[in-house]
Amino acid sequence: MSERAAPLPEIDAEQVIGIIVAFIRAQLEQTGFSRLVVGLSGGVDSATVAYLAARAAGPDNLLAVLMPYRTSSPDSETDAHRVVAALGCRSERIDITPMVEPMLALITGEETLALQVRRGNVMARQRMIVLYDRSAAFDALVAGTGNKTEALLGYGTLYGDMASAFAPIGDLYKSQLRAVAGALGVPQEILVKPPSADLWPGQTDEGELGATYDDLDRVLFALVDRRWTTERCAAAGLDPALVAWVAQRVARNEFKRQLPPVAKLSLRTPGIDHLYPRRRPGSQRGS
Amino acid sequence: MEYRIGLAQCAPRLGEVGANLELAWGWLRRAAGEGAQLTVFPELALTGYLLADLVPDVAMRADDERLAALSREVPGMLVAIGFVEETDAHRFCNSAALLRDGQLIGLHRKVYLPTYGMFDEGRFTRPGDQIRTHAVGEPVGRIGLSICEDFWHASLPMLQAHDGAGLLVNLAAGPARAPGSSAGLAAIAGWHKMQDTYALLGTVAIAFCNRVGNEEGLTFWGGSRLLAADGSTIAQAPLYEEALLVGALETGDLRMQRYSLPLLADERLELVRREMDRILAERAGLPVPADEGEA
Repeated sequence: MSERAAPLPEIDAEQVIGIIVAFIRAQLEQTGFSRLVVGLSGGVDSATVAYLAARAAGPDNLLAVLMPYRTSSPDSETDAHRVVAALGCRSERIDITPMVEPMLALITGEETLALQVRRGNVMARQRMIVLYDRSAAFDALVAGTGNKTEALLGYGTLYGDMASAFAPIGDLYKSQLRAVAGALGVPQEILVKPPSADLWPGQTDEGELGATYDDLDRVLFALVDRRWTTERCAAAGLDPALVAWVAQRVARNEFKRQLPPVAKLSLRTPGIDHLYPRRRPGSQRGS
Repeated sequence: MEYRIGLAQCAPRLGEVGANLELAWGWLRRAAGEGAQLTVFPELALTGYLLADLVPDVAMRADDERLAALSREVPGMLVAIGFVEETDAHRFCNSAALLRDGQLIGLHRKVYLPTYGMFDEGRFTRPGDQIRTHAVGEPVGRIGLSICEDFWHASLPMLQAHDGAGLLVNLAAGPARAPGSSAGLAAIAGWHKMQDTYALLGTVAIAFCNRVGNEEGLTFWGGSRLLAADGSTIAQAPLYEEALLVGALETGDLRMQRYSLPLLADERLELVRREMDRILAERAGLPVPADEGEA
């Protein structure tokens, strides 16, 4: 693959960190909250969000929630503890196994990928339930941990790991995120390990997606940010089969990136022609 | 003669006109304390930027007493400030008022409302129809006001320079995109190149005041600047942080700059107009005006 013709998206990590920290503070200020909850998996995305959240709100105002399932990799939990120790933030460990087992028992049939995905969705949605409950108990906002690569590819569970109050790293590609994580001081062990949703033993993102994040990001950056045609991508040396697969996946998952459409009936409909900023005079809690 | 200009690189609160007026008073008093003769606020400094359907809620007339009262706080100082204007005909515009001692000296309605990519301004506000300059007295003479996107159209600052402006004042609300990237129009570097070029080609000083702070997912980048009429930077504010930047413009330099580099005087405006007429006619499918040019 030609690196010069179809580069990875560049990023100024220090400037990005400044912008995101200010963004998180503004979200807190505009909503009237002072605390944050982050679901900490031990992976680079949630570790990065935890570091950013601690910087924005202070470690005392950050609750990291570890939510292992019985098959979750012990290494993931070890790495999550590394983050908690490094930040000095609050943490809770809530095992989701007894919560999801009765539901998983309903998912039966021939062992297929679809079955695995259904089980993974149950876990992701259970973690969302735990996080939102903890956020209410801790009087906090849920900070999202989704990145741009997975949002574009639809590699996430709707109303599961995609649920949050705001998305601090939602406009960072995975390859950019590593640079930002490094600049924040995220532990090396987390930076170098293969990314995994850890929904079943041995799962890795790149294995499941069928390409490396760097290759995916080159294609996404070309198609999305630079608005290249598939022909232009091929001319720049990107694998046409991968480009076609990515383009299709981006299109197929558009629904995951938008609110559900409302059947237009009235003169003024929320989301169509009743358009307001989320935060405005009177919207702040306690105002 | 030295002319002191203050750029109030502030973070307005979205939809809170009263709170923003309070904040503006604070900035004006500070600027007065530093001897500013002109203080510039960002675009929509009294309302915030991402208003959407809040526009009618925050709109005020250009002769609103609150604007006049603001400028009376600082006797003798010129104040340029952005707000949502409602005209007599209930047209809602993204406007900039130029005030002194409670009097409205000049008014600019944003001509180019970006409605593409991340921007949706044309959906909620209507464009202005005038590109003018405003007499403010010596030592500056005339000031040309513009608002953010207006500056991405070179015709606007160039018209104001030809109309006699010694100082172009741009009020901005520029959101950061692709930080650290040097490519594309989105980059901060693009804004700076453009300003340098206008100052140089227009032999005109430039005061650019861009806001900071966050609204929804947007982060405004600040980086306000004061440029001399030779394109050199007099003062520059930090990125992303609130700051009052006060710099001194040496207005006496303009005379020899325009003698040394008589670009404005040499401009063939008749030729420009003739070619513009031809382009407009061709675009509209109308007969091209008779060629009165070189025979």
